[in-house]
Amino acid sequence: MLARRIIPCLDCDLGVPNGRVVKGIEFKQIRYAGVPWELATRYYEDGADEIVFLDITASHERRATMFDVIKKTSEHVFVPLTVGGGISSLEDARNAFNAGADKVTVNTAALRRPELIREISESYGSQAVVVAIDAKRRYQDLDGRITINTESGRCWFECSYYGGRRFTGVDALAWARRVEELGAGEILLTSMDRDGTYDGFDIELTDAVSRMVRIPVIASGGCASPEHMYEVFRRTDASAALAASIFHFNQWSIRDCKRYLHERGINVRITD
Amino acid sequence: MIAIVDYGMGNLFSIYNAFLKVGGDPEIKRDPEFGGAEGIVIPGVGSFGRCTERLRRFQEPLEERITEGTPVLGICIGMQVMLDESEESPGARGFGWIPGRVVRLPESVTVPQMGWNSLEIKKGMELLDGISPGDMFYFVHSYHCIPYDQRVVAASTHYGVELAAVVAKDNIYGTQFHPEKSGPKGLRILENFVRMVRC
Repeated sequence: MLARRIIPCLDCDLGVPNGRVVKGIEFKQIRYAGVPWELATRYYEDGADEIVFLDITASHERRATMFDVIKKTSEHVFVPLTVGGGISSLEDARNAFNAGADKVTVNTAALRRPELIREISESYGSQAVVVAIDAKRRYQDLDGRITINTESGRCWFECSYYGGRRFTGVDALAWARRVEELGAGEILLTSMDRDGTYDGFDIELTDAVSRMVRIPVIASGGCASPEHMYEVFRRTDASAALAASIFHFNQWSIRDCKRYLHERGINVRITD
Repeated sequence: MIAIVDYGMGNLFSIYNAFLKVGGDPEIKRDPEFGGAEGIVIPGVGSFGRCTERLRRFQEPLEERITEGTPVLGICIGMQVMLDESEESPGARGFGWIPGRVVRLPESVTVPQMGWNSLEIKKGMELLDGISPGDMFYFVHSYHCIPYDQRVVAASTHYGVELAAVVAKDNIYGTQFHPEKSGPKGLRILENFVRMVRC
């Protein structure tokens, strides 16, 4: 049986040499967390099942820095590496793979031109394409939307892009199904309502998307404790839980989170 | 020196770095010349058809080295090409070093299998030293190997069916998972391979 994965996420500002890992709250306030390849190595040694780097810089020089970050990381880290943020063409994806990435995530560019998903998938295999969906709850304008009943009422989910700064009007549940058809191998699903809040994953959103598709769904946004991971694994089919702050600021180690999950019967990879 | 066969199907950084890490003295070989290689690795990227086509010019030199006793390790598709044929690319001819066929994972599970799965060890051997039942490895694949002689299956894993995760026949070895992406346990397998080629 496949294990549920724990994935630390490194939001990288690549405006300085070697880059810096930062963490925002609700996609806004920013706090320094470390040097990307050093943090990645620490998480690897601590039992991370995969590492995600998200480039949150909007400058052009960042590409060379990301290349260096991935290259340096792959000398020390022997689990899959995923790179995202600003991947807008097949060429960007190729650059990431050439630097040593195993997967890329796309969001904005895929919403603008969905065929990009198919192009990357056909060139590098569906396992190499992760579509990131940043979803926000909407309790109005329900007509024509895929809605779900939640504890706070009936809602649909709207996709956001440009790092959460703009909304698309696109129905996240319908989009999830579409990206699977286009060849996405995984969905990285972030709840914008929960991101940075430490209130736990949006279980209702994660469950709805997991039921909508057959590809793996990575739950993201709001994780502050192993209890939150346990809840999302117990109550949904999410194949992975992604978290950032709780690892960056030494609140919990990945090892302790996995031990907690293992003791409660969740199938995770335990390392020595 | 461990020779890593580069048949132009993608970057080989991770496998190179992994062998560097375990002291394997890796060299990437774009030409089918294996002089000085104590062991040879066939990495796995792409489809069965493309791989067998691009690997064809390496076949004879590889077979010469296998006859001389050099250990060869195939990873993922690099293991699948050692069989006769695959449902992925009908008509494409594998190396046939391990008689058998490659078939698609069953409909009952999500394809590809992507993620960490555990091993069931069928046969203790040096390549699996330090590996215990239940240790997990990183798999990414849509097809799996069915060797006609099941005795070559050294370890299996369960994903819809019980499938061959590690094969071993004389000095020919293969892993369906990616040891270079499987953390310390994956590195241990590569380290075992390095030790084996040096004895």
